[in-house]
Amino acid sequence: MTTKSQQLLNWVDERFPLTSTWKAHLSEYYAPKNFNFWYFFGSLALLVLVIQILTGIFLVMHYKPDASLNASGIPVAFASVEYIMREVPGGWLIRYLHSTGASAFFIVVYLHMFRGLLYGSYRKPRELIWIFGTLIFLALMAEAFMGYLLPWGQMSFWGAQVIVNLFSAIPVIGPDLSVVIRGDFVVSDATLNRFFSFHVIAVPLVLIGLVVAHIVALHEVGSNNPDGVEIKKKKDANGIPLDGIPFHPYYTVKDIVGVVGFLIFFSAIVFFAPEGGGYFLEYNNFIPADPLKTPPHIAPVWYFTPFYSILRAVTYPLFGIDAKFWGVVAMGAAVVIIAFLPWLDRSPVKSIRYKGGLFKGILAVFIVSFFILGYLGVLPPTPGRTLVAQICSVIYFAFFLAMPWYSKIDKCQPEPDRVTFK
Amino acid sequence: MTINVIKTLKRLAAAALFAPTLALAAGAVLHLDKAPVSKDPAALQAGAKTFVNYCMNCHSASFVRYNTLTQIGLTEQEIRDNLMFTGERVGDLMKISASPKEQKAWFGATPPDLTLIARQRASEFGSGADWLYTYLRQFYRDPNRPTGWNNKVFENVGMPHVLWELQGEQIAKVTEHDGAKSIELELAKPGKLSAQEYDKTVADLVSFLVWMGEPVAEKRKTIGVVVLIFLAGLFALSFALKKNYWKDIH
Repeated sequence: MTTKSQQLLNWVDERFPLTSTWKAHLSEYYAPKNFNFWYFFGSLALLVLVIQILTGIFLVMHYKPDASLNASGIPVAFASVEYIMREVPGGWLIRYLHSTGASAFFIVVYLHMFRGLLYGSYRKPRELIWIFGTLIFLALMAEAFMGYLLPWGQMSFWGAQVIVNLFSAIPVIGPDLSVVIRGDFVVSDATLNRFFSFHVIAVPLVLIGLVVAHIVALHEVGSNNPDGVEIKKKKDANGIPLDGIPFHPYYTVKDIVGVVGFLIFFSAIVFFAPEGGGYFLEYNNFIPADPLKTPPHIAPVWYFTPFYSILRAVTYPLFGIDAKFWGVVAMGAAVVIIAFLPWLDRSPVKSIRYKGGLFKGILAVFIVSFFILGYLGVLPPTPGRTLVAQICSVIYFAFFLAMPWYSKIDKCQPEPDRVTFK
Repeated sequence: MTINVIKTLKRLAAAALFAPTLALAAGAVLHLDKAPVSKDPAALQAGAKTFVNYCMNCHSASFVRYNTLTQIGLTEQEIRDNLMFTGERVGDLMKISASPKEQKAWFGATPPDLTLIARQRASEFGSGADWLYTYLRQFYRDPNRPTGWNNKVFENVGMPHVLWELQGEQIAKVTEHDGAKSIELELAKPGKLSAQEYDKTVADLVSFLVWMGEPVAEKRKTIGVVVLIFLAGLFALSFALKKNYWKDIH
């Protein structure tokens, strides 16, 4: 480095921790060398967050959160989205990147969470990372739900109507609460504007704050790895973990491969199937919102359907309170229970590599029932489907609640001292 | 004991895998004919003409400008001469003169804007084009309806058969089979066009509606090919970079 630029760097470093931050989080942050395919999804989630924020900034320049009708009888909000698609140069690309990005966010985050399940990334000392992660998932759901109202199509409108109505099932405060959420007695212009405000300002701020906390906590304790052993236990004379390598350049160059690989799949959808077969952009949402015309079947977007299925599976009233309320409770509990994993898992080992057949079998059943719940959530309910959803919901909760028991009696193999790396 | 539990779990997983089949066995099925959607400019132009002459008496396409039709191979002068009748400018949106309120008063309901109709009508039974292609060919005479028309795909439809002069008049032969009603259509009075010519006219119209739903669709795919080729090259490069950096890690 030339002396001039070294001097400049010194000048900055005396006033701001630039070099030390670079070292602490990148060039001297030691990550286990045995990360596999599953470890791409953390950096990919960050990438999708950036895509969503950047495309979102440009969408807001032309989008109008206005439910009133234009001269052709079409809601202004709906028309402004179509204006972006047709008249704004490159607008169609920005919009498809954003709408596909929403689904991609959930795909990446679900896989990221599954990685945590596989390798016990939530176990001590990473409980806080996991809790921040669960909160990110919650914030992401809120962000996606409110964003989905903005195109003001039939599914936007009626989906929001159904979900906000659920809050009215809460005893005593429910009816007032749902009015506060909507700002009106039905989903209306007031709802559209407050959801817009939350979607572009409030929730993204929370989301970014939580992501920072998630990463800071991770870098405090260090990353887990597919073997679930702590690399900090074996260090060399300089105090560097024997199985650790600096994040930069090793994982920066590796994550670039992951990023480009992801962009190939992402672009394939954006450019060749932006509707995602009706799952990423629902067909009914190309119809402008009409408060007087209820669609025959209201389905949430695919990423909510497992939890929506759990909600609909609760069909018994309890303690004199509507079944709908208990459905909401079950749905909320299904998300919140994820945060308790660090204390539910009593296995002597972290990674699935050394866990016994019992845990592997139960995890497989859990994943299958989660997929079935997701599938059923897209379909209108029938008695047969509700029964299947009830069975799968019980499996979902049993996976968590019975974990202290089955993770303890499972026949595990001993963990190795060092990570395995071919 | 663990072994027994694992066996039970395996059975549960197997049972769970079959659950979707059980779940699917319900609901009405819509049988749609596959629409022969064309990207040929001549077909799209013919469709545009049918659209302007028949559909735009009541329906608008209020997100589309007339001069967007230059993308299907027309010149602005051709658009002015053949497709515009009421003194709009070529940069104007394809709106209709009646307001939604007036239409509501006249017809009882506002005829929907058709810009996005091909995207709206897609479902698990087929594409939006399939639905439209089937719908526009399955009108039949029904004296019980105020318009005198009914439709096999869209029961008790509010719209009369606007293309009846071309297709002619179909009548329905209703047969009861195990309590389920099935309708067969039969051409009672031929129109100006033969059945084949009529199908072609509808196919062209549907192709135009598909184009109108997303005029950028073809360009999007072309750009997509370039983007994917670029990313494939970038992937090879980034993979080589990673291999090079990691060669000392054992």
